[in-house]
Amino acid sequence: MKRFLQGWAKNEKWVNLILLAIAVVYPLLFGRAYLINVGTLCLVNVLVSLSLNVLTGYMGITGLGWAGFFGIGAYTAAILSTKLGWGFLATLLAGAVMTALCGILVGLPTLKLSGRYVAIVTMAFCEICRALETNMDWLTRGSRGIPNIPRISLFGYRFPKWMQYYTILILVVLTMFIINRIINSRLGRGILAVKDDDIAASAMGVNPFRYKVMTFAIATAFAGLAGAFYAHYIGFIDPSNFTFDQSTIFISMTIMGGLGNLMGSVLGAISLTVLPEILRPLMDVRQIVYGVLLIIMMLVRPQGILGGFNLKHIRQQMSVRSGGEKHE
Amino acid sequence: MLLQQIINGLTVGTTYALVAVGFSMVYSVLELANFANGAFYVFAPYMVVLLYASMGWGFIPAFLIAVLATGALGALMDRFILTTIRNHKAQTSSSMVATLGVSTVIINGLIAVFGSATRSLPNAVNIGRIHIGSAIMTGNQLVIIVTSLVIMAVLSVIVYKTKLGSAMRSIAQNPVASRMMGVNVNRIITITFFIGSVSAAIAGTMVAMYYGSVDTTLYTSVSVKTFASAILGGIGSVPGAMLGGVIIGMLETFVAGYWTSAYKDMIAFIIIIAFLIFKPNGLLGHRKLNKV
Repeated sequence: MKRFLQGWAKNEKWVNLILLAIAVVYPLLFGRAYLINVGTLCLVNVLVSLSLNVLTGYMGITGLGWAGFFGIGAYTAAILSTKLGWGFLATLLAGAVMTALCGILVGLPTLKLSGRYVAIVTMAFCEICRALETNMDWLTRGSRGIPNIPRISLFGYRFPKWMQYYTILILVVLTMFIINRIINSRLGRGILAVKDDDIAASAMGVNPFRYKVMTFAIATAFAGLAGAFYAHYIGFIDPSNFTFDQSTIFISMTIMGGLGNLMGSVLGAISLTVLPEILRPLMDVRQIVYGVLLIIMMLVRPQGILGGFNLKHIRQQMSVRSGGEKHE
Repeated sequence: MLLQQIINGLTVGTTYALVAVGFSMVYSVLELANFANGAFYVFAPYMVVLLYASMGWGFIPAFLIAVLATGALGALMDRFILTTIRNHKAQTSSSMVATLGVSTVIINGLIAVFGSATRSLPNAVNIGRIHIGSAIMTGNQLVIIVTSLVIMAVLSVIVYKTKLGSAMRSIAQNPVASRMMGVNVNRIITITFFIGSVSAAIAGTMVAMYYGSVDTTLYTSVSVKTFASAILGGIGSVPGAMLGGVIIGMLETFVAGYWTSAYKDMIAFIIIIAFLIFKPNGLLGHRKLNKV
């Protein structure tokens, strides 16, 4: 296990490239529409899980109502494209911006509270969103949902299934790149400092509140991005897609993957999306097996699949060790 | 009208309060949001349906067995799943995911056995109704309010007056120090889970009898609302959780009665957020000092 990790840490770039290559050739190898569909939904969930990991893994706030933000992105895209006829890229951007604005709106008054209360706030916010989506009939058509959301298209060209897969793949890769850059920037270091100890961080000149609001906005923006894509991809949304149950699935993905590890989010989201599909032949007992597997996962690796592994740290240890040998 | 709303609100509120007290006890000891609590809340009435309505037991034995079985389920969940996760020294959010798994298993197990349709639960406690002015309080409502209050009183005595209770409160403050003082931490936590599940089971059964039916979709809204009640009252405070539950039940009833039932859940949550902003430690919670 240790050698495996060291090997991974040494060749991280190559491993990432190989994983990316697998993701790229996947629709070419498995051309069946069903498999491409599962792959696309996997990537949507990966995107959500990545955004939630920014909040939960790097800022230490358990986001219990993430489906609410996902839903805002989806509804924004759906309403703008069906009522105002906006194009795909515009609605994608609008979904992200709108969700980030809602995130700031929720964050500004509440992020001064301790983390566990923010968790409640996100949970309550998700319920409020669902109530609004169900009852603002003139805008969201209530529980009848919004049908006929235009499929993803660019300059009038409607994307076939496999191109939608690549669209979300590009979004995921971009998101990972951006989040990775943010985590390794001044902002990211500030966030990590605030997570570890906000009083110590503020003594070092980091304003915890400002950093928290910024992180919250970034995390919600990506959730909204995923939601906007999802609305276009599925073509029909209603409030039952964005319930507290959905939120618990999102947080399970993130925690099961490993907090504070982007690759973990990828693995967690993929496994919890694929698992119900594999279990489909079990029919009625499918959900029971799913629950049991979730429990077993937590028993075997409570810190998540990749939780507690820090490749950078392993690399540092290795270089210290080899450096020490040179001096002798 | 007003009096009737108060009675209805009090009925719903005391059941939330009862679940919230158990939830709050677990939360204060472990900082763990036990999402299996909502599943226990529907598990017990289904047991009563099975024993009382289908197998023809008397109501009292059916009720007692159902409640004890649910309590045992909670204790077993802690003993075999959560204790193991705690021993790994993982963050509490992992335990939270495990409780989500447990609730998935219970809810879908119930659906597999009983089907997803609503099951009716005959009313066993039929003691007529009382007229208070223009309002009517049914016997059921009286039983719910009185039972909830009595159980919550018992729980308060346990938490604040017994050795078990002081062990719980000491673990909530500092588990390591408690262990050094000779508290059997894991056993106390398991007992806390037992108590929490029992109170959820009693509340769930009473509510099912009140509405005359039970179905599995109840558990989400109950989880969310008890969580909210516990926070509103102040985590770890038994009277706080009671107050929180009653306030949320009242709010819900009043919004539904005087305005619109469509927004009744939303109003409750908006008030919770507002409350957290202005009184972050809840109504009766203690202020936690920030220390480096």
